[in-house]
Amino acid sequence: MKLYCLSSHPSKPCHVLRFKGITMMLDCGLSAQTVLSFLPLPLVPSARLSGLPNWMPHGCSNAQLEGELKDCCGRVFIDSAPEFCVPQEKIVDFSEIDVILISNYLCMMALPFITEGTGFEGVVYATEPTLHIGRFFLEELVQYIEQTPKASLASHWKDILHFLPPPLCDSLKPRSWRHLYSLSAVNSSLSRIQMVGYDEKLDVYGALKVTPVSSGFCLGSSNWIISSDHEKVAYISGSSTLTTHPRPMDQSALKNADVLIMTGLTQTPLCNPDSMLGELCITVSTTLRSGGCVLMPCYPSGVIYDLFECLSGHLENLGLTQVPMYFISPVADTSLGYSNILAEWLSQGKQNKVYLPEEPFPHAFLIKNNRLKHFKNIYAEGFSTEYRQPCVVFCGHPSLRFGDSVHFMELWGSNSQHAVVFTEPDFPYLEALAPFQPLAMKAMHCPIDTSLNFTQGNKLVRDLKPTTLVIPESYLKPPVEAPSRTDLVIEQTDKNNIISFKGGDVLTLPLKRKRARVNLSPEVCNKLVVNEIRMGVNLATLTGQLQVKDNHHHIQVLEPSGTSNQGNNPSTKKLPRRPEETLSQMRYEWGSLDLDTFIQRLREDVGIAEAKVEQNSNGYIIHLPKEDALIIVEDKSTHVNCDPELRYKLRKVLLQCLNRI
Amino acid sequence: MPEIKIIPLGAGQDVGRSCILLNIGGKKIMLDCGMHMGYQDERRFPDFSFIAQEGPITGYIDAIIISHFHLDHCGALPYLTEMVGYNGPIYMTHPTKAIAPILLEDMRKVSVERKGESNFFTSQMIKDCMKKVIAVTLHQSVMVDSDLEIKAYYAGHVLGAAMFWIRVGNQSVVYTGDYNMTPDRHLGAAWIDKCRPDVLITESTYATTIRDSKRCRERDFLKKVHECVERGGKVLIPVFALGRAQELCILLETYWERMNLKVPIYFAVGLTEKANNYYKMFITWTNQKIRKTFVQRNMFDFKHIKPFDKTFIDNPGAMVVFATPGMLHAGLSLQIFKKWAPNENNMVIMPGFCVQGTVGHKILNGAKKVEIENRQVVEVKMSVQYMSFSAHADAKGIMQLIQYCEPRNVLLVHGEAAKMEFLKEKIKQEFNLDCFMPANGETCVIQTPHRIPIDVSLPLLKAESVKYNALPPDPKRPRIIHGVLVMKDKSTCLMDVDEACKEADISRHMVRFTSTVRLEDFGPAGRTTDKLLLHVQEKLKGWNVVYQEGNISIESVLVKVEGADDETKTVYVSWTNQDEELGSYILELIQTMGN
Repeated sequence: MKLYCLSSHPSKPCHVLRFKGITMMLDCGLSAQTVLSFLPLPLVPSARLSGLPNWMPHGCSNAQLEGELKDCCGRVFIDSAPEFCVPQEKIVDFSEIDVILISNYLCMMALPFITEGTGFEGVVYATEPTLHIGRFFLEELVQYIEQTPKASLASHWKDILHFLPPPLCDSLKPRSWRHLYSLSAVNSSLSRIQMVGYDEKLDVYGALKVTPVSSGFCLGSSNWIISSDHEKVAYISGSSTLTTHPRPMDQSALKNADVLIMTGLTQTPLCNPDSMLGELCITVSTTLRSGGCVLMPCYPSGVIYDLFECLSGHLENLGLTQVPMYFISPVADTSLGYSNILAEWLSQGKQNKVYLPEEPFPHAFLIKNNRLKHFKNIYAEGFSTEYRQPCVVFCGHPSLRFGDSVHFMELWGSNSQHAVVFTEPDFPYLEALAPFQPLAMKAMHCPIDTSLNFTQGNKLVRDLKPTTLVIPESYLKPPVEAPSRTDLVIEQTDKNNIISFKGGDVLTLPLKRKRARVNLSPEVCNKLVVNEIRMGVNLATLTGQLQVKDNHHHIQVLEPSGTSNQGNNPSTKKLPRRPEETLSQMRYEWGSLDLDTFIQRLREDVGIAEAKVEQNSNGYIIHLPKEDALIIVEDKSTHVNCDPELRYKLRKVLLQCLNRI
Repeated sequence: MPEIKIIPLGAGQDVGRSCILLNIGGKKIMLDCGMHMGYQDERRFPDFSFIAQEGPITGYIDAIIISHFHLDHCGALPYLTEMVGYNGPIYMTHPTKAIAPILLEDMRKVSVERKGESNFFTSQMIKDCMKKVIAVTLHQSVMVDSDLEIKAYYAGHVLGAAMFWIRVGNQSVVYTGDYNMTPDRHLGAAWIDKCRPDVLITESTYATTIRDSKRCRERDFLKKVHECVERGGKVLIPVFALGRAQELCILLETYWERMNLKVPIYFAVGLTEKANNYYKMFITWTNQKIRKTFVQRNMFDFKHIKPFDKTFIDNPGAMVVFATPGMLHAGLSLQIFKKWAPNENNMVIMPGFCVQGTVGHKILNGAKKVEIENRQVVEVKMSVQYMSFSAHADAKGIMQLIQYCEPRNVLLVHGEAAKMEFLKEKIKQEFNLDCFMPANGETCVIQTPHRIPIDVSLPLLKAESVKYNALPPDPKRPRIIHGVLVMKDKSTCLMDVDEACKEADISRHMVRFTSTVRLEDFGPAGRTTDKLLLHVQEKLKGWNVVYQEGNISIESVLVKVEGADDETKTVYVSWTNQDEELGSYILELIQTMGN
């Protein structure tokens, strides 16, 4: 079994597993951190951004580079349409992939890069919420980028990487970065997805079974069990044991795997999501009370639903019910719509509401009461008339490089009354803010990452007891920002066998298949001659016809072939049968020969009176002087040297004295 | 031979109170637990004393599966679980779990409060019963216990309706409940994969019908409604609150919009708004078109359809009223019917099947005078129309399902005996399958083939595959596998003989024979060997004869020549016992050479 690691980002995984002749991709996460190197794309032309000075490296006079790089407060940005770091293409040929398993909608943003224009012909499995929510995530991203097209695209900066200041000069393989896909690529890619349900056993070409199980991380998020007759591989992607809106994580299904691949642990191990939520509520209410507005850069689904619920409750308690909350996204209506129809994928509490029938999320109620208002974008009909300050704005993109969040940063950045609160853990907030410096507005970092933290991760590993654990290399080291926190790692003990990987690695995993399952027909079974070797151990020789269909094996009765040599030509002597024809009568001798019985039988059955027995270091030599025969008996073999006439008799007696199966 | 036993307690050669007992691999499962709408006495519930003479049945049943929320499939559930007694698991889909208690409560009210029946289950019993329900999602493989696995498939018919695949060991059964093989205005078509069950238990309501195209029926329906309201008549459409009602509402809503009609359409209040809410929230269970457009416009927000008030019954002028229940056996629909029936301008459209004994069934059979509760006789002058909108599979659909899932046997339930006979013959003819149609209480035993799963050691399997693939392709050549089956510690594994001996902790005993032949052949020993080689090769065409280091070997047979140039040669022929036939043949071959 081989594992190819195509992504360098543990929370945006992309692996390819080769097992039993099947090539299977596990997730196709897109690392979007590269967009932080680019200048924001404002919806309304921004004098500040367009007025930023050009940046040229010292001693470099490449005229083509002119205008590609801009300087903002000492940081250099690329002035071009943003590019993304896609899963590495050179390790695996995407056209060979048989099946792609998608764990959750945050781990599928690279899907069109994999399936479109690569010759990919396989099938993609994802749950229904993953498909629907994933679709509007992809659509939102495409719309954000397409609504602010760039006239010229920068590429020459990639040639002079070593002249650039950090962090640009540390960019990982920028030549392989790609512009985003189109909407038609998204549609075509998503049309390949086959929707699956939790605990559904999916057959992969008869060779493997894959089953998604609930991972508790977000709506429809799953972990995967990949199993053959005797082997089990568990793949853990984004998972959570916290109680939020999704269905709880199913841990028991992941137990006792031969190989457990674990990714998607928290990206912010130093922050506790619960206390972050508390801080967030306080920051928001303080800002609002002093007349300021709050910007919450966010994705269009996920923790945002919990934030609506939590924040509205908090504001209500403080008597701030008149403060409007705006949810601005090209897919806001879709997101809110879907959140109310996916009851089967929600926590028990939310699910029970549907039985009443009431909408599972309180935000349906907030919308009816006009406390939460949603718009496609800031220039959508009705927004400017509805807009009031102070307010809370939820909008994308959390990188602050495109989408409506850029507009609000430009609008509110110079006013210290306002605040921006970062909740999504995908982007380092200071990096996100860099092109908006100097900034007067308050910035709060309250990452709410509900993924497993290291304590929970270690406990999970202890409970699941995998034979081999496969994790990203970074999980074995403390976080870069807190090198002394040696508790924030996955523990290595003598009990667990850990294999770690980094992007670009190809691992051979220690899973050796020893047995396969076949179906035996009752007719074959009836013909078996069973020999009891000792209590509880029985052996029987078996010869049958093997039928292989769709990777399933069946053993049936072997019909005697019609083209037997026997008696074809009476003039010549009977030819011996081919080896495959004698197999069904084949028997095997075992154990050792009892000398006394053998001699006795020789005398009684064959009439050989005189047998000289000579003992040597290996066993015995029996000499039959009259017959001129020599029988060499050893512990595990008997060798009969005699003339052909006598041989038949000796053989008969010998075989009677030996155990046979 | 292993077998599967099936006993219908209800729905055997009958429609109504579906309840089928399934005994598979030692597990006992109850499929549906319905009530009969046509009876008011104890016949309305299945005869549960069949399972246990008295007392709770918990120990006798491993699981109950409910296919959908129609009362003829779940109506007896609270009675069974709370009054007879059952504490085991009950499985149904999420929409069924949401909607069934509402219909049960509605029925309870009609029976107890209107008809004053006693000894009926209470509201609390419905609630307690629903607490025992485990909701399942489509295609989820649910392990009821370590041996019993169930899986739900989409069945169309009504919101949340499911077919269930049930497996114990190597035996499996599919129970369809009610299903629909053609998508309609709000639901999709039933779907199942090629799961090849031993038995397919299918409904056969429309066993002899091949329904005309849906479009025609819809046009016909709209035409009749339109004609009636144009002449100022009132149209009564008795429906069940959920299901057909929503489809017909969508149909009328779009027609009214298109034709710009102003005649009021009413939907009996209470259930309706709630019902539509269920449809809104379980929209993933509707058809693709509705699911795709629900964000822009939810199909279940009706503009033209208003809630009905009882005082409207006597309003003058045309109107269309949807009222429950669907078979005119009680409730508002019956009340309206009483008032409107004597007027020939009016019309009642029965959009679904009516069980025997109901007013609906009587008027459909042309009764001009019907006796209603309290011996009241109503004269029926209004026009009575039957429109088969009931979302059951027709004969074509049933045949299609059989084709989809490839069962080994078919068992018909939920249909009329005469119609079943017809379909049974058709299934036998077309698919050459055994088809059963047990009556209520009749046990049907179906034999299933033995299947014995064993393990094969991978090296043995791979060696076979290497050998097979090395040969020129010939689809007729059998692939032969040979080894020793080791049965030890509950595991059964086929292995190569050496591996088997190792596994069984025994050692093989190799028996070898050597015989000598004296050959009068002068010259170097090598030349004699060459002669023998040629001779053997000529006789044993197609065998792998190897010449190596002065010896000839074929399989385990070794031929060795010794002797000086000018002597008689001694030829040793040696072989293992496993090659006895070949060895003795070669020995004889060389002996005859010498003569």
